[in-house]
Amino acid sequence: MSKKDVPPQPDSLATPESTQGLLRELVAHLRQNRTQLREEWARRITRAQLLTAMTEEEIFAEATSVYDNYVEALETGTFEALQAYARNLSERIIPRGVETHEVVGIVLLLRDVLARSLFAKYHEDFTKLNRILDAYEPAANRIANTVAVGFVQERERIIRQQQEAIRELSTPVLQVRERLLILPIIGVIDPQRNRQLTEQLLRAIRTNRAKVVVIDITGVAAMDSNVANQLVQTVEASRLLGATVIVTGLSPEIAQTLVTIGVDLSEMATVGDLQGGIEEAERLLGYKVVPYAEAAQQA
Amino acid sequence: MEVPILKQGHYLIASIQSALSDADLSQLREALIARVGKFRARGVIVDVTALDVMDSFAVRTLRDIAHMARLRGAETVIVGIQPEVAFAMVQLGLTLKGVATALDLEEGLLFLDREGHGRIDRG
Repeated sequence: MSKKDVPPQPDSLATPESTQGLLRELVAHLRQNRTQLREEWARRITRAQLLTAMTEEEIFAEATSVYDNYVEALETGTFEALQAYARNLSERIIPRGVETHEVVGIVLLLRDVLARSLFAKYHEDFTKLNRILDAYEPAANRIANTVAVGFVQERERIIRQQQEAIRELSTPVLQVRERLLILPIIGVIDPQRNRQLTEQLLRAIRTNRAKVVVIDITGVAAMDSNVANQLVQTVEASRLLGATVIVTGLSPEIAQTLVTIGVDLSEMATVGDLQGGIEEAERLLGYKVVPYAEAAQQA
Repeated sequence: MEVPILKQGHYLIASIQSALSDADLSQLREALIARVGKFRARGVIVDVTALDVMDSFAVRTLRDIAHMARLRGAETVIVGIQPEVAFAMVQLGLTLKGVATALDLEEGLLFLDREGHGRIDRG
């Protein structure tokens, strides 16, 4: 009394409306079996050893809200709420060390669990099953995509934020004497870092009323003509604010490279090491450092 | 807008208060060079603290002022270039080569005092 009695009815037409109808039916099914499907999913997550950083209760709680959001996205066909939820979820679980493959893994597991339940429900009516799957699969894939992309974007945002923080930390401008600043540069200088470094230095020159700046590049491993020209720009910009720049710590390799590729550094005052640079700066500022005993003798 | 030029001892101080047109800049240059002779000034200070943009014409005019004033016997210092302006200038390759610069008016005066003393000692 199956196929012949109940021929494909209004939703036999493959129009968007019929897809809508099928999705509605699907959502009703998922709502009805919420508890059971959710538990099945949480079980499979544990069995697949995903989300090991979280306790079982947490997994179940998250699974519940993911499930509800998932069903809602299927129902409404809009992904904004899910996107927001995915971002929020990522924000919470990324600090706990949850990996991309785990997030993608659990969403795919949910897709499989739901697909299995559809098989179980419609296995007698193959045509109907096919049509239900036709409606379900694109939506499910889009949901998986949305969650995965949301997670990766959130991770990238955090990485960018941290990069920025590291950059800020890595270029301290220090005052060693009245009107004398030192700027030790360590690591790679790229255009973005150079820009930030120069802006920071110029601001510091202004607030500290610096007359001399010693830039120490002992920690810079390599230099090409681009970086060298950027350094010259930094020196020039400082001079426009009335500060003299002394560059120290050019390694033998860098010195050879710069001369070989023909970068003109004649405008730049260079001293061998940081100590020499500070001594030269003190001379320019009119300081004279004398050992205490010697000074007492002279007095 | 005309830039006021103040006389302070042996020095002339031109303090730019707002963005200037090219004509204003040329006028400033002529006025300064004329007054260097009239007041027998030994130093010129141009204060650009109020400028948050400097184009190539402005930079060239400042450089011209410095070179012309030197020919007339006065040293020029440009003071008060903003950090952002300095950064933009070097990116555009406008670096005021051969022109003295100082942080602010006070530093500019100190610089001229030192230069001046040197000259008197030599003379």
